[in-house]
Amino acid sequence: MAYPYTHEKEVRILSKHFGEPEARTVEGWKARGGYQTLTKAFEMGRDAIINEVKASGLRGRGGAGFPAGVKWSFMPKEKTRPHYLLCNADESEPGTFKDRELLRWTPHQLIEGMIISAYAIQAEECYVYCRGEFFETTAVLAKAVEDAYEAGYLGQNILGSGVNVDITVHCGGGAYICGEETALMNSLEGRRGTPRVKPPFPAQAGYMMMPSTVNNVETLSSVPFIIQEGADAYRANGTEESPGTKLFCVSGHVRRPGNYELPLGFPLMELIEDVCGGMREGRKLKGVIPGGSSVPILNAEECADCEMSFEGVIEAGSQLGCAAVIVMDDSTDMVQAVRRMVDFYTHESCGQCTPCREGSSWTGKILKRIEEGRGTEEDLDTLMEVTSQMEGTTICVLSDSVAAPVQSSILKYREEYLARIRTGEKVGAAS
Amino acid sequence: MSDQQTPNTVTFTLDGQEVTVPKGTTILRAAESIGIKIPHYCFHPGLSSPAMCRLCLVEVEGWPRMAPSCKETAQDGMVVFTNSELAQKQRTGVLEFYLVNHPLDCPICDQSGECDLQDYVFEEGREHGRGREPKRVLGRDDFGGDVLFNGDRCVMCTRCVRFMREVAEDERLCVVERGNRAVIDTFFEEGLEGSPYAGNIIDICPVGALISKDFLHKARAWDLDRTPSVCPSCSQGCNITLQVRDDLVQRLKPRENLEVNGWWMCDFGRHNYEWMNRTDRTEVPMVRGQEVGWADALGDLLQALKDAKESVKAVTWAHAPNEEMGLLSGLLAELGGGEVVYRSPRTEGEVPLPGFPLLARREDLAPNVNGAEIFGFRRVGDNNSQGGLDELAGHDGVLIVVGDPIEDYGEDFGSKAELYVYLGSYQSKTASNAHFVLPITTFAEQEGTYTNVQGRVQRFWPGVRSPASARPGWLILGALVAELTGTEAPVSADQAFAKIAEKTSEFGGITYRDLGPRGAVAGKPAGVSGD
Repeated sequence: MAYPYTHEKEVRILSKHFGEPEARTVEGWKARGGYQTLTKAFEMGRDAIINEVKASGLRGRGGAGFPAGVKWSFMPKEKTRPHYLLCNADESEPGTFKDRELLRWTPHQLIEGMIISAYAIQAEECYVYCRGEFFETTAVLAKAVEDAYEAGYLGQNILGSGVNVDITVHCGGGAYICGEETALMNSLEGRRGTPRVKPPFPAQAGYMMMPSTVNNVETLSSVPFIIQEGADAYRANGTEESPGTKLFCVSGHVRRPGNYELPLGFPLMELIEDVCGGMREGRKLKGVIPGGSSVPILNAEECADCEMSFEGVIEAGSQLGCAAVIVMDDSTDMVQAVRRMVDFYTHESCGQCTPCREGSSWTGKILKRIEEGRGTEEDLDTLMEVTSQMEGTTICVLSDSVAAPVQSSILKYREEYLARIRTGEKVGAAS
Repeated sequence: MSDQQTPNTVTFTLDGQEVTVPKGTTILRAAESIGIKIPHYCFHPGLSSPAMCRLCLVEVEGWPRMAPSCKETAQDGMVVFTNSELAQKQRTGVLEFYLVNHPLDCPICDQSGECDLQDYVFEEGREHGRGREPKRVLGRDDFGGDVLFNGDRCVMCTRCVRFMREVAEDERLCVVERGNRAVIDTFFEEGLEGSPYAGNIIDICPVGALISKDFLHKARAWDLDRTPSVCPSCSQGCNITLQVRDDLVQRLKPRENLEVNGWWMCDFGRHNYEWMNRTDRTEVPMVRGQEVGWADALGDLLQALKDAKESVKAVTWAHAPNEEMGLLSGLLAELGGGEVVYRSPRTEGEVPLPGFPLLARREDLAPNVNGAEIFGFRRVGDNNSQGGLDELAGHDGVLIVVGDPIEDYGEDFGSKAELYVYLGSYQSKTASNAHFVLPITTFAEQEGTYTNVQGRVQRFWPGVRSPASARPGWLILGALVAELTGTEAPVSADQAFAKIAEKTSEFGGITYRDLGPRGAVAGKPAGVSGD
């Protein structure tokens, strides 16, 4: 198959048709069994859909892992005001590239999932908020939406069912923070993309202060399978607490980086050694960021028994996040890597909350100084304290995302920092 | 306190004290009500709360994260700590972040001495900074109008942006860029130029980021004497503070009064203070060109008034306080009646503040038009407060001028008068023929009241020393009336007001005590807005 890499251990449900250009067309998608769940879903009714998704245990794929069915059930049962379904396609977490592939190869899978989900939460208007840099992807999705309208899957009275669903594709301006659901809503409304204070939660007052639900691309794309095959079929993969399959975005120092769809709970080392073909020639594993750069780094020992499920990664000392697995071998300069991550967050902080606005840039400056060999040992204490002042003190969790890599790296790779401070030498000599 | 509980109140524990407040009260406001001040920047009672400065976070028992007290409402049974170790550590931490890029240029900053950053850091900041890194430099910007922006001092509370958006409804400011590069900026070339309420953003800026060009480096905050007063520039009567150094008014600042002006005032009123520092003043009583003492002057005047046979005409202006007007009216009644006319500047159209509908720059550009109308004075002259006095200029009876310097008439004003009495603060060529020139104090130098457009009587206090032997108009007029009626003369503004309130139904039942610092409307309960 044309898709860059596949592996026999993969369970390809979402990514089954990756690499097949015809799947992007309405006809091609129908030929692959697409759009057949709509009639079934409309017959099931709203409550049955929500219950089925609850039963499937589908957890949000955007990073927080909140059960999707439960989230939907927060929406008001009596519709007195417009409801909105927002699809978060602002995939910006460093290391993740799964939504891009879902949008690029199977846009109709998402559209189908959105129609069912919108129906379930009584939303007639939906928005897909695409990352600003997703030029090609957005064009593919926009074309698919247009085709779906033409084929009668979107718009008024879909398939004669009386259900109305409109989807608007909206392109962001390229800001990481707009992937935070309330910042996304602000941005969509034409305001500055800054997170809102919760409560009120989106289901009470979200987009345009109306009841809204924000779901990730991968979450919504999982819905058609659950409706078609049932919750039990979905639960056939994964663990009790993390059912189903998940796209793992593996990047870094492995031989075959890429998107791999595997059951949740898949062992991390098997993912690296087997599915991704192992580390680069002659290199040893140094550490893994298992869920995108916002989560703590796992060192090689912690990786050994780590299972890639929401609960498994927490047990190992980090978080699954959006399953963006960044693998680093012994050539990695940890100080530089962490500094680079902090620079990213400094650049992407929205600037509202003081601890994040000032703390991230300050942390970055201290790390830069250490990297340049001008650090002191007290700097490490300062870093630990400054980042602890940033944790849990802000409106959103971007600030905590700065603290995670800095604190975990200082705890786990302290000798590298110390070597840099004392001798100015890099431990992980670039190869 | 739990016996005060009603369905509309909640009772919770704050730093060990039980507090009962109306439902929907935020923790921050509830704390204020029992005298606990929770430090904050982004919160302002007149604006929305974005909860972004993160300084007002408090610990709530059983909550996983600290709560922004400006946004979180008090709930029954909640246990809140503003001073727990966690809450204090949080504030110290946030304050350290505020100083990371702050230039610490307090010695040359106009805000110094009244700066919330200075105060909070002094109270709870770290003793020594840990920042070794070079500071970010954003530089300065002229925002237009009276506003100068110093980006490096900014704490990014966005009060200014929200004021322009929510209160002025003239969105000319915004935050540009994000993160640590975020900075307040103007949209257009003209910036704030011409926006009639933009000056308020200087007041609400908690630090020295927004400063007044007019006040730039004029005085240190701790050298200013502050006196509560009422803005004399229109009939709205915004509550203000006279800020005075060396007996010169340096600037005017709004003073909170939710029933008149909220926390705001217009730029027209704010910058119309230079005249309070005029030096061409009448300084000593003159009788027929001779300097005399007050006792002699008043004795002579009383005799002259008794001797005068012809009819009495008087002129005043809408800058005169109620006490002066009322006693002038009383004097004329004792002299056998006679008309009082007054002049007042006026302009076309009001300038409202959309986000605070009670407030507008009114058409009458003087503070006491309502008072003059209450006393039945007749308005003459044009919108520039000129003309309309031709009849008086040639009056051959008794002519009394109170306050108005009548600068638009010539030296022959009052030349035909049998007796011409000029009670004024300023030297004027129209006083040339006056038999009596008696120096009176300005509103900034005396105690008194104005009646604003709502009929609200509001007090002002002396903030500037008067020159030489000038006396309040009410003291002179009150003494004359007392002599003519054989009653006790008022020796305080309080007594002067009581005297006129007796005879004026519009002031019925009001005393200075009732008025307090925020005034009252007769027949309505006294002002209830917070202190």
